[in-house]
Amino acid sequence: MSDAAVAISPYNERVIRQFTIACLFWGVVAFLVGVVLALQLAFPIFNLGLEWTSFGRLRPVHTSAAIFAFGGNALFATSLYVVQRTCRARLFGGDGLAEFLFWGYQLFIVLAASGYVLGITEGREYAEPEWYTDLWLTVVWVVYLLIFLGTLIKRKEPHIYVANWFYLAFIVTVAILHIGNNISIPVSLLGTKSYSLFSGVQDAMLQWWYGHNAVGFFLTAGFLGIMYYFVPKQANRPVYSYRLSVVHFWSLIFLYIWAGPHHLHYTALPDWTQTLGMTFSVMLWMPSWGGMINGLMTLSGAWDKLRTDPVLRFLVTSVGFYGMSTFEGPVMSIRAVNSLSHYTDWTIGHVHSGALGWVAFVSFGAMYYLVPKLWHRERVYSIRMIEWHFWLATIGIVLYIVPMWISGIMQGLMWRAYDELGFLQFSFAETVAAMHPYYVVRLGAGVLFLTGALIMVYNLWRTARGDIRTEAKLGAAATATA
Amino acid sequence: MIRHEHFETNSIVLLIGIILTVAIGGLVEIVPLFTIGETIEKVDGVRPYSPLELAGRNIYIREGCYLCHSQQIRPFRDEVERYGHYSLAAESMYDHPFQWGSKRTGPDLARVGGKYSNDWHVAHLMDPRSVVPESIMPSYAFMASRDLNFPDVADHLKTLRIVGVPYTQDDIDNAMADLKAQADPDADTTALLKRYPKAATGDFDGDPKRLTEMDALVAYLQVLGRMVDFTTYRPEYANPEPANGGTQ
Repeated sequence: MSDAAVAISPYNERVIRQFTIACLFWGVVAFLVGVVLALQLAFPIFNLGLEWTSFGRLRPVHTSAAIFAFGGNALFATSLYVVQRTCRARLFGGDGLAEFLFWGYQLFIVLAASGYVLGITEGREYAEPEWYTDLWLTVVWVVYLLIFLGTLIKRKEPHIYVANWFYLAFIVTVAILHIGNNISIPVSLLGTKSYSLFSGVQDAMLQWWYGHNAVGFFLTAGFLGIMYYFVPKQANRPVYSYRLSVVHFWSLIFLYIWAGPHHLHYTALPDWTQTLGMTFSVMLWMPSWGGMINGLMTLSGAWDKLRTDPVLRFLVTSVGFYGMSTFEGPVMSIRAVNSLSHYTDWTIGHVHSGALGWVAFVSFGAMYYLVPKLWHRERVYSIRMIEWHFWLATIGIVLYIVPMWISGIMQGLMWRAYDELGFLQFSFAETVAAMHPYYVVRLGAGVLFLTGALIMVYNLWRTARGDIRTEAKLGAAATATA
Repeated sequence: MIRHEHFETNSIVLLIGIILTVAIGGLVEIVPLFTIGETIEKVDGVRPYSPLELAGRNIYIREGCYLCHSQQIRPFRDEVERYGHYSLAAESMYDHPFQWGSKRTGPDLARVGGKYSNDWHVAHLMDPRSVVPESIMPSYAFMASRDLNFPDVADHLKTLRIVGVPYTQDDIDNAMADLKAQADPDADTTALLKRYPKAATGDFDGDPKRLTEMDALVAYLQVLGRMVDFTTYRPEYANPEPANGGTQ
């Protein structure tokens, strides 16, 4: 990093390089732990009989690493990159505050993940970190809000670019959700254990208000911010519709907040709350597709680039998966469908079509865009390796979600099957045994996705070093060697 | 007429607009759950967990059991036949946090209490496939060899009292004694059972000399779903008086 260009950049690029490296590192960790979990579900011997390696302790490591470490660092890297460029302003608070944000967030990840392995957890999905880790994250997050909002305020552009609306909504709402859902009383200030202030039905509602909006704001609004900057940039086309941006932004953030109760259909949560959750979840389909249409139509006149630009292909495919999972989600939120899908692998498949297809793909696209820019290189080391990554990952996703559809629907139907004498046809254990082949396929899918990510890391590492691979151009004659 | 230009040229206006927009849904769905009395039915029998059950519950949380086992039976014919009466809100009113779960990689556990013997639970936790060949559950053999470490049990009860669980001073004063007595086959459990009716007592893990994590976890599993007597429960009488306000 001795290039003169780095030193004279008007923006803080150092912290973005740090977040980019962290994103790639934690991405590999998240995918690797996911593969281990898939292995354990297919072959339980791989729990190893050790408490630290059992499924129950590793599963939060996987989900937190994927959402908060991989996804979080991708959001930090891209949001801080985008806000500086679209505001033509260096980050508010100076380089020291940005440095604190980076190391503070990595400390949060390490505290949370090491706690899970040791059995320190609040026992609420996606909000597992204990009270002291929650407090630390609150400090870090307020600093993030200060840096982002401060940079917006000191901008030299008259208008706030649309990507920044989404980033701001993500930052603010995640702060509200995090604080609201983690109010707990520690047993001792020197101990790790705390008890949630709320219990039972209210605790469940708060948890899924948080949980679904972790999806809605962390994994959707934030990543739509990525879409709104990087898709137009990579396609070299303006955003399709300004008006659609406005309408879908406000309707998306208004409707998402209501959707949480669809995680609690037919439970002890009152019917009125379930009905509200279902209704708003179905309505949410519209603004979601508004965003998808705005992203896809940005390629008007540039569709031919998909043949030769695998980075753009990652970005566009991610928007496609976004559209698919935001259609599937409202369908699954309908009570009658949910009565079958809930508690089964269908939900797991749905999550992964969103997490792998949308979140990871749009992040990969952004990373391939960012690394040459941040290290001031002409282009990515190997375009053909991006191509390999794209296809390995895409096939991996398909091989993940299709078996989970089958296993989920099959298990749901087996649970409710009756024989001709009016008895339940299957024991629970029989329905578990029926899952095995699908779990094996899913394991293979995870390996494919992980392999693709490792190729990306190698490719980007060579890019940062300044290497350019000699290779035939994409779209050239089929005889070219890859 | 609000022009969108106000939002996209003024960061603070945008910030306030976002906060107001996202506040509405949460407020409408969450606040009434604390104020509408019918949210939690009035039923007899639901009591705070005994110290040993609480220790077991904390182990259940520590091991992430909730990631594969739900504790929430839905009102469907097949679920009621497979697991028992559908779950009532009252049954988790002292659960901080709730453990309803979201996935059934293994079966629902809301009413697993009393369905299997202590010996079965121990054998199953030691080596799940020794009793259920199709099981894909991890082994938890280490719990049988580890002494239960819960020296601050009284502090835990006090903390739970702060968040609304009705532990009495008597409960807190006797917490350590109750913790030990529940798993001791020779102990006098009269006072314990008065404080915590229907608590399963005696040795749980097959080793009466030691109080292990296995004792605690099995004691917790054995109370799940057992507090409410469904032979006398009538849903039509379960709603509280209209004047009954907050539930916290």
